This record gives sequence, C-alpha cells and structure tokens, in this order.
Amino acid sequence: MISPAYAQAHGETTETVGAAETHGGGHNFPPFDPATFGSQIFWLIISFGLLYYLMSKVALPRIATILEERNDRIADDLAEAERLKRETDEAIAAYEQALAEARQNAHGIAQEAREAAKAEIDADRSRLEGELDGKLQAAEARIGEIKSRALGDVDAIAKDAAEAIVEVLIGTGVARGEIERAVDAALSERAAR
Amino acid sequence: MATVEEASRVDPVHQFAINPIVSLGDIGGVDLAFTNSSLFMLLVVGLISAFLILATQGRGLVPGRMQSLAEMSYEFVAGMLRESAGTEGMRFFPMVFSLFMFVLFANLLGLIPYFFTVTSHIIVTFSLALFVILTVVVYGFYRNGAHFLHLFVPQGVPGYLLPLVVLIEVISFLSRPISLSVRLFANMLAGHITLKVFAGFVVSLSAFGVLGVGGAVLPFLMAVALTALEFLVAFLQAYVFAILTCMYLNDALHPSH
Repeated sequence: MISPAYAQAHGETTETVGAAETHGGGHNFPPFDPATFGSQIFWLIISFGLLYYLMSKVALPRIATILEERNDRIADDLAEAERLKRETDEAIAAYEQALAEARQNAHGIAQEAREAAKAEIDADRSRLEGELDGKLQAAEARIGEIKSRALGDVDAIAKDAAEAIVEVLIGTGVARGEIERAVDAALSERAAR
Repeated sequence: MATVEEASRVDPVHQFAINPIVSLGDIGGVDLAFTNSSLFMLLVVGLISAFLILATQGRGLVPGRMQSLAEMSYEFVAGMLRESAGTEGMRFFPMVFSLFMFVLFANLLGLIPYFFTVTSHIIVTFSLALFVILTVVVYGFYRNGAHFLHLFVPQGVPGYLLPLVVLIEVISFLSRPISLSVRLFANMLAGHITLKVFAGFVVSLSAFGVLGVGGAVLPFLMAVALTALEFLVAFLQAYVFAILTCMYLNDALHPSH
C-alpha cells in the first residue's frame, strides 16, 4: 500500500523533470506554451467560425421564427378572444334591449286591453242607463197620463156626487149645467188657493 | 511508463497538456496539429449545434423540454444584449450568442473528468476577447467615424484634467481584452487545479491504509463542494464574458458617455 504512493511521488518528479527536459525548460506549464498557440488559434477560428455560421444561418433564425410564430399566434388568439367577447357583449346588449322592448310592448298591450275593456264597460253602462232612462220616462209619462185621466175622472165623479148630494139634500134635481159650474168654480177656487 | 501514468494522475497541471492527435506538420512555420484541444473545440461546436438544431426540429408551437431550453438560451442572451446595447445591438446577436454558448459549453464540458477544458488556455480566451474588441473598434469607426474617439473623452471633465482622463480611458480600453480573457482563463485554470489538487489528496491519502481512507473523506467532500462551485463558475464566467461583450458593443454603437 505504501509503494504506489512512493511510486507516485517518485514518478511526479521524473515526469516534471522529463517534461522540463523535453520542452527545453521554462515551458512546462501548458497554457503558456507558445508552441501550441498556432494550432489553438487555427482550430479556434475554424470551430468558432463554424459555430457562428450554424448559429446565424440555421439555429437562431429558426428559434426566432418559432418565437415569432408563437407570439403571433398568442396575439391572434387574444384578438380573437377580444372579438368574441365583444360579440358576446353585443348579444347581451341586444338581448337586454329586446327584453326591455318586449316588456314595454306587453305593458302597452295590457294598457290597451284595459282601456278597451273599460270603454266597452262604459258603453254598456251608458246604453243601459239610456234604456233605463227611457223606461223611466215612459213610466213617468204613463203615470202622468193615468194621473191626469184620474183627475179628469175625479172631476166627473165630483159633479155626479155633487148632483146626487144636492138631490138628496133638497129633494129635487138641479140643472146639470149649474152643478157643473159650481163644481168647476169650487175646484178652481181650491186650485187657486 | 507506469510511474509516468501514475504521476499524470496527481499532477494538477497535466490536465492542461495539449497533445497532438493528428499532426498536420508545419504549415508556414506554424504547427497546426489537430490536438485534444481542437477535438474539444469541435465537440463543443457539435454539441451546441446538435442541441439547438435538434431541439428546434419540431418547431413546436408548444415547446418540449429541449426546445424550451433552446428558446430560454435564446431569450436569455437576447435579453442581455437588448438591455445593454439596445435594439440596434441585436445585429450582433449571433456573435454574442455564439460566444456565450461556446464559452458556456467549453466550461461545462471541461468539468467532466478526463475532458479537456478549451477555455483554460489563455490563447483561446485571448483570441475570443481580441475578436470582441476588434469588432468593437472596427464597427465603432465604421459606424461613427472619428466620433468613435469620443469614447475616450468623457463630457463634463475640466480641461486641465482632460489629458489625464483621456489617458486613463485609453489604458482602460486597451486593458479590456486582457481583463476579459484573463478573467475567464484564470477562473477555469484555478478551478480545475484546485479540483485536481483536492482529488489528488483523496488518492494520496487513501494510499496510507484505513486511517488514510478516513482522512481522505475531508478532501473528498471538498472536491464535491468544489465541483458544485465550478458548475456555478462555469456558467457565471460565460455570463460575465457575454455581458461584458454586450457592454463593449454598446460602446461601439453609442460612443458618447
């Protein structure tokens, strides 16, 4: 177990010495070895040039296109969503308006119906009242007629009664004309009073 | 040979070694060998491209998990750039995005054991920083002409202080590529060395028998905690690199203070 460590330590010194010898001393630290500079620069130019070409011609335009397409798509989708929202809002507004109109119409119709019914009722009532008035007048007229006829009868009855009473009282008849005059005078005197 | 292999396991600097995989020989006096560093650079590029391109293959309107991640990284960097440099800054978006992803993936990939960390080499981070600063300077002059020099002349400074302030501004501008690159490089280097040292303690201590294994628990816990910290640092440094790039680019777009 000890020997490899010794071997390592020993090997390290021989390696360092060997490296120093092969490179002629001083240049055994690889990053500062100018002998490799030419090759490194040459291959760096080739590889970095290749990378630059691949990036600028293939990879980056492609990623740019992908990102652009996605942004366009998102913008389109947002615009579409906006448009749909606007349409929805319009539809809602139209619906609200239609509802308000319908409500107003319904109100109007109800009002009309109510007015029509009222007019009909009024007409019926006035017609009925007219009929009743007519009947009332006819009745009154008939009552008046009956009354005046009755009054006329009263006149004749009064004359007959007066003739009979006079005949009973005085035992003899009196001329009909005189009785009639006396009764008329009494009645007119009574009417004048 | 076995001893060398053993040594490489505890030597904290060995992980930064660059080894040629395919030697292309000297081209114009410069060795352009395909190394482990080159391999990991290409791996980083491949992973990023595969991740972003495959994840967005479906082009789903509703993203899946991977596509969501890809979009998040896109929007994260885009937001960062737009906030610091405004909408005009978006012309630099592919550049900032590539830088951020490259640094982030290189940092994260380096955290996998036995993987090479591309950003732990100063020359890589310095090249990237220089690329940023050169872009700022070239675009700044292209867009604003001489007006770009207003960047070094803050408004409302008394005349007698102006030379001093301009000097400070110039030095601060020139130190940007250095600070930008050293920050990233040093963070990755130090983090990986620390991790390796503590992990090395575990190996060394456990070699001393039962007591050693008991004692190795402490550095082991430390290594676990440091790994978590390194994940944070990996992301944070990529973020810092990218946000500073955005701010420097903003200077190119709007040179007036």
